Amino acid sequence: MEDAPAVKMIGIVKRFPGVVANDHVDFEAKAGEIHALLGENGAGKTTLMNILYGIYRPDEGEIYIRGQKAHIHSPKDAIALGIGMVHQHFHLIPTHTVAENIILGMPGNFFFPLERVRDEIEQLSDRYGLHVDPDAYVWQLSAGEQQRVEIVKALYRNAQILILDEPTTMLTPGEVQELFEVLKCMADEGKTIIFITHKLEEVMEISDRVTVLRRGRVVGSTNTADTSVTELARMMVGEQEWGEIKLPPREKGRVVLEVRNLQALNDKGVMALQGISFTIREGEILGIAGVAGNGQKELVEVITGLRKASSGQVLLDGEDITNCPPGEIIQKGVAHVPEERINMGLAPNMSVLDNLILKHHRREPFSTNLLLNYRYAKQFADERIREFEIITPSKYTPAKLLSGGNIQRLILARETAGHPRLIVAAHPTYGLDVRATDYIRRQLIEQRNRGVAILLISEDLEEIMCMSDRIAVMFEGKIMGIMDAHEADINTIGLMMAGVRPER
Amino acid sequence: MLEFLVEALRAAIPAGTPLLFGTLGEIYVERSGILNLGVEGMMIMGAVTGFSVALTTGNPWLGVLAAAIVGGLLSLIHAFVSITLRGNQVVSGLALTMFGVGLSGLLGRRFIGTPLPAQAKLVGIRIPVLSDLPILGPLFFQFDPLVYISILLVPIMWFILYKTKLGISIRSVGEDPATADAMGVNVFGIRYLCTFIGGVLAGVGGAYLSIVYTPSWIEGMTAGAGWIVIALTIFALWSPLRAILGAYLFGGVKVLQYRLQPLGISPNLLNTLPFILTILVLMAATREVMRRRIGAPSALGLPYSREEK
Repeated sequence: MEDAPAVKMIGIVKRFPGVVANDHVDFEAKAGEIHALLGENGAGKTTLMNILYGIYRPDEGEIYIRGQKAHIHSPKDAIALGIGMVHQHFHLIPTHTVAENIILGMPGNFFFPLERVRDEIEQLSDRYGLHVDPDAYVWQLSAGEQQRVEIVKALYRNAQILILDEPTTMLTPGEVQELFEVLKCMADEGKTIIFITHKLEEVMEISDRVTVLRRGRVVGSTNTADTSVTELARMMVGEQEWGEIKLPPREKGRVVLEVRNLQALNDKGVMALQGISFTIREGEILGIAGVAGNGQKELVEVITGLRKASSGQVLLDGEDITNCPPGEIIQKGVAHVPEERINMGLAPNMSVLDNLILKHHRREPFSTNLLLNYRYAKQFADERIREFEIITPSKYTPAKLLSGGNIQRLILARETAGHPRLIVAAHPTYGLDVRATDYIRRQLIEQRNRGVAILLISEDLEEIMCMSDRIAVMFEGKIMGIMDAHEADINTIGLMMAGVRPER
Repeated sequence: MLEFLVEALRAAIPAGTPLLFGTLGEIYVERSGILNLGVEGMMIMGAVTGFSVALTTGNPWLGVLAAAIVGGLLSLIHAFVSITLRGNQVVSGLALTMFGVGLSGLLGRRFIGTPLPAQAKLVGIRIPVLSDLPILGPLFFQFDPLVYISILLVPIMWFILYKTKLGISIRSVGEDPATADAMGVNVFGIRYLCTFIGGVLAGVGGAYLSIVYTPSWIEGMTAGAGWIVIALTIFALWSPLRAILGAYLFGGVKVLQYRLQPLGISPNLLNTLPFILTILVLMAATREVMRRRIGAPSALGLPYSREEK
């Protein structure tokens, strides 16, 4: 079986509640090749590789490693088959040294063979140019160094097939080049490298072959030399048949939200918003396209008061609301459909009723003085449940027991209740099924038609294209361009999402 | 003055020994990510068991062994609730303390006022020449064997924690059980083992009180030693080496209560000293820079289950 591919996955199906993450996916990678797995977030790339690494069990399908049928039930089985995986979020223990992290979980003698580990780390370092200090503590290391530790960890376990999940997201450009050298060196030795990414330029630069996934299905698999950035962008995003949802034309109203030269830091203290400016008028949807992690989250948080802006201004109806407390911003009419719908959008253990009145419970008629008016709240909840077709056993059911689509309906039912001026909707249909997606989109458009300004953040280009009056593309904390929706074409947006400025 | 210092130190070491046993154990428990607030209950059950077995058999070592077993068994209740059932560790630990304090009172009723016969006591060793040295003799060579055992445990437990694969596994499980699990470490096994070790040592600490320190049974005789152990574990920042310093320091404070009382210093005030020191250490240790290096195990008190992401 010398010609058998290193990895062959046939007909892989993986379902999560409400979503098919992998829909009969076939995947093949040979020894000695760098194989890029390309797709938007949510396309099913990571799920597929987590199946290969034994973290998930497939519902259907077979895996062959070097021609042998493999039964991979846990990462342990995968490691035994010579598969290693470097996750997007590193599996390292920060308070341990590099050597301790590498040795963790290895069978063998009771005492810690520090000398041997040092030797082997040094050998690996020399062979691949992976420089790591075995005695350094992981918390002292940069992201790039931590990644090297992860790679050494996999190699130490004799990995022949190495999966890297979005390995360049946290690296500096210099570190990316170093990583690419290492990967090429490993491929030359006959190892298989599977490289998960959504960055087109990286695919062109590093990979020998590329497989494109979209919405859980394989769109195509080709030699990198035979394709182009434009073609890959089209495969990744798709040529969709949108247009069923039509935006009725509207007179332009007054400016509701104005963002002026906004800057903010992310959780790591790095500048995540580098001077963002835009306006949204009454009855207008501004869609923000872009790959997650380019500052969208920070933008939403600054507008809703959850994150401090370091400079710049947010104006609502001409009034400065920059760095106001969230409660005040809510009072002024900003509704928020958050990205993390369960953790941020709900109090999961509380009932549907409680969650529906959550933002309104301090105001009349929901409460008078100290006491809640439950008679009114019940009536309100019944109305909202009926109107938004929320499927729930009763209004007293804990909200966390609802399906994703119904949770989103609940949040929307609450957020639209107070006649907001602005709705900030972050990934409102992410992970929802077709019916729920359609419903949520129609509801948002309904709000727009009533004159509400909407900031729509989504990675789903189809959604952005069919719902927006204007489209902005964000990349690395900047807006690459804002255009009217009817002038926008998918190729331009796809390139801007990858950081390429359109040539005009 | 020198005489006073030597005497105070000499008294501080036996006073700190039950604390040292308990703290060494609790360090392992917490390092594996389990918080066991049942130390007081396990210690006092160890005290009553150790005393009754030593009294009936006339052999102090059998008493210590029985106390170790009882402490270990009690800790398994906590382990089962918090590891297997993933229950609330604070509630389970507090319940264990109340259970132990209550049950020990019941079991020990008939021993109240009974002194331990001479052959059932553990007495100080006598090494010819060395024990008779001035200053050095009383400071180093006159203690009972359990003191030396506890001191010996310090480097051994430190070595295991930092220099062996078992130790790395223990620390990993307490920091990030999901990663440890993914690397093939038996998270449940390690946590059970550490919780058991903690119970055994708490039991021995209790037996030290009733067999060596005050060779008799008094209801509620641990008098909060278990809580000082919890504080000491934090004070020592989860390191066996710092535990010995803390144990003798807090043991010394206990001794000083009686020495300083004639000078008008309230023993109640001194009683609070260990806790005040612990809060100060905790304040220093929670600073961002320090936390990475020597903070509490990240997964302390959090149940682990593989399915939850």
